[in-house]
Formats: sequence, C-alpha cells, structure tokens
Amino acid sequence: MSSVEATPTGIPTKIRKTALNAVHRQMGAKMVDFNGWDMPVEYPAAIGCGIINEHMAVRTGVGVFDVSHMGDIRLAGPQALAAVQHISMNDASRLAIGQAQYSALLYPQGTFVDDVIVHRLGEEEYLLVINAGTREKDFGWVRDNTRQFDCAVENLSDDFTQIAIQGPKGVDVLQKLTDGDLSAVKFYWVTRGKLCGLNNILMGRTGYTAEDGFEIYIPSDEATSATIWNEILAAGKEFGAVPCGLGARNTLRLEGKLPLYGHEISDTINVWEAGLDRFCKMEKPEFVGREALEKAKAAGLTRTLVGLEMTERGIARDGFKVLDGSGREIGYVTSGSPAPFLKKNIALAYVPVEFGVVGTAVKVEVRGQGVGAVVVPTPFYKRPKKTA
Amino acid sequence: MAYPTDRKYTKEHEWIQVNGSSATVGITDYAQQSLGDIVFVEVPKVGAELTAGKTFGTVESVKAVSDLFAPASGTVTEVNAELATSPEKVNKDAHGSWMLKMTLKNPADVDGLLSASDYEKFVAEESGH
Repeated sequence: MSSVEATPTGIPTKIRKTALNAVHRQMGAKMVDFNGWDMPVEYPAAIGCGIINEHMAVRTGVGVFDVSHMGDIRLAGPQALAAVQHISMNDASRLAIGQAQYSALLYPQGTFVDDVIVHRLGEEEYLLVINAGTREKDFGWVRDNTRQFDCAVENLSDDFTQIAIQGPKGVDVLQKLTDGDLSAVKFYWVTRGKLCGLNNILMGRTGYTAEDGFEIYIPSDEATSATIWNEILAAGKEFGAVPCGLGARNTLRLEGKLPLYGHEISDTINVWEAGLDRFCKMEKPEFVGREALEKAKAAGLTRTLVGLEMTERGIARDGFKVLDGSGREIGYVTSGSPAPFLKKNIALAYVPVEFGVVGTAVKVEVRGQGVGAVVVPTPFYKRPKKTA
Repeated sequence: MAYPTDRKYTKEHEWIQVNGSSATVGITDYAQQSLGDIVFVEVPKVGAELTAGKTFGTVESVKAVSDLFAPASGTVTEVNAELATSPEKVNKDAHGSWMLKMTLKNPADVDGLLSASDYEKFVAEESGH
C-alpha cells in the first residue's frame, strides 16, 4: 500500500517536542508531524488504544490528551480588557474573574488570524489559549495590535505543559488529584488549586472534544509533566481512562462541529461564512475586522459552512470536491472523516448558500467518482445533558 | 511476528496465497498495524482485470487512505463481501481476512515475491528495528 497522510517523523531539525514527547514514545504512540510538532496521533491497540477506542473513551468515560503544543498569551495591565476587546471579536467585558469564552482574532478583512479561548484570570489579567500552528503569528499579531494600550503582552507558550482530561468522567478523575470542589466549577470557568502536590495550578473546564472535561496547565519541565501525566492515567484507570492522540482529537471535534484553523476558518474565510455569528459581538463599537464584517453582512453571504453525511459508500476527506446533482463542482470539504461514535462518515464543507439547506442532496468526489451525501444539521453530536 | 509460510509477500504489504492457477490476496499484519483501525475496504468487482504492481483498490483507516497493489496479474473471481460491513476484521486477523480471489495470468509472477522470512526481514528494516 502507499499512504497519503501526515509526513512521518524522523525528519531532522526544526521539529518541536512537548515535554511529554518521551512518554508518548515510550508508550508506543504512533507519532506524526503536526504543524512542526512531533505529536502522538494514536496509542497502541495493545494498551487498549487506537483512534476508535480513544474516541469512544472520551464519549463514554475519559481520555487524556497532551495539548502542550497549543500556545498561551497573557495580557495584563490597567488596559488589558481594552486590549482584548480590540483584538477579539467576542465581548470580554462579560467575563467575570475565572470565566472563559470562545472567540477569534480577526484581520481587518474580517477573516481569521486564529480562534482562541479567552480566559479572565484576574482583575486586569487575561489568558488567550491559541493554536499550535499559529503560536508565533498570533503572538506577533497580539503584540503589534495592542501597543496603544497600557498592557503587558507575554508569550507563555513554553512555560506550560497543557493536559486535557476529557469525557463525562473527566471531572471525577481530576477531583481525585485536587483539593478544591470541582463540581462548583461550571463549564467554561476556571479555578486554581493544588494538584498532585503542586500549588496554584490553573484548571479550566474547557476542551475541544464536545464533552465535559478539564484542561490543566502545569510547569513544563519534563519530570513534573511525566509525573502528573502518569498520576492522571492512574487516577483514571477505574474510569477506563486511556491516553488519546491527535487522531481522536480530530474525530471528536469534528463530530461536535468545532472548527480547525486552516480548515473551517482561515485568513480567507470570514466570520459569517464560518457560522460563528454568536461569538461575534457586533454591538461592540470597535474591534479589528468589525467594519469589514458589517460590509460583508450587508453584501450578503455567497457561501456557507455545512455538515454533510455520506449516503453512499465512501469517505469524504479534507479537500475533496463537493458536486451538485449533475456533477458540477460547487464547493469543497474542509474536514472529512469517519465518525467513530456516530458510526457514519461525515464532513464539513463550504457550499454556495443555496445548497446550504438541510436535506439537500449533493455528491462528494472520491477518487474521481461522485458519492452521494446529504446536508445535515450540525453539530453532528451534542453531549447528553447531565441529570442531577 | 512469524509470517505464515503458506504464502508470498510484496513490499507493499500485500500477501498472496497460491492454489494452482488461482490465488487469494489480502494485506499483512504489519499493514493493519501501521494503518490503525480500518474503516473501509474498496476492491474491484468480480471480472475485473488486475495488473501486477498496479493499484487495484484502497483500504482506509480513520486517518488515511492507502492504495492496494496487485501482487500478480489476473482476473478477480470472488470478493470478500464481509469486509464491506466489517472492515475491522482485517485488524483482528489480517492473514485470515482475504480481500479477493483471482485466477493468475502468469503464475510465475509470484516467484519474484518475498518469502515469509524475507518479508519479516523487510518489515524489521522498515520499522527500524
């Protein structure tokens, strides 16, 4: 066979590693180059892993991810809020201390620099958690666009090992390792507490899996990182916890219709096309990209992001063409994959607005053949509401 | 892993088990391990002509699409319908999960392929052990 997938590692120099790299390799993880980072894509079947098992663990129990490749930018100072308000499209003034929100940094054209989770850590302190592939670009962007504000901008990306503990049992696992009452921390809120003997550890009830769970930020030295990683897996054993790689991370976020930079959002796609209206507060009088977005809204959308489900045998993959009934090219797949929990083959795609109606039949070109698909409501998966 | 000696192997990680002028084809355990969870197997219909060394189908894992290369030339006589609904069988037992059966155009095609021990060595080198 030949393989059409991410470049194999073993490429010398320039590849970046998280503090847990040796641990992943020791566990036998299959490694891949993800935007310049040597990351685990999945762990071995021999230890109960593999993309499908990892995905299902997160949906039914708990999975543990090394997401240290993501970046962290801290804004602090008397005008930190004003600075955040200028570069972020959501309304950070709504954030109480300890609260977080999903947002995006936009170019003046109303297109995406990156998506981001904005956390308010203090009276005048905000933390932006950004994508791995855009660390340097984002930091430069934030620094260059906030110079006029009395606010310090720091790149803390290398200071933290970030571990995501995701799934309905995620909170139970973390609770075993920390003193504070995690049940008091609502979704998209953060807390600080003692974790495995470490003081003042930031723990946020956030994630990228469309499940409940936490993301923790611990010191990035290898020894501490490995110890905590292993303690989490040990604490999670009774709940069926497994380590999870980028493969499952992608299938989980896809089922939840969470965007991935470079796919659903990019510097050539605007907020309205991506369907992220509810995170964009146009009532804010000013933010980078606002003017262009107003014009774009007035002009009307030409294309829109839709969810597709394959109706015939075949898997839609990133970049595949979307065709209308007569085989004419009308759009493209931004992300496509089998969905392990839903047991369907799904995709997100940009199509002309007129094809964006749920129930519309289209085709996806798979190796030269049009394979039937239908526009479906999104998100494809929504986690069940917790009872009691 | 000791690879079964009742068949020959290709460098593209297919196996071919010959029975007179017919043969059975599948992928190796090394292939299924490298691919991860297999979700889709696409093979040609009965009657299709295969050419040694050319692609004849695809096997897909969650993350990747891989081409299948014909170990020998001939005509497809039977296709394993089970793999359309249960592709994960290939992960569970790659050497026991056949993909297609064929008549061989030139049985000598198979002579040049790798023996079980040669394939083992080849795999050891590939995986850097």
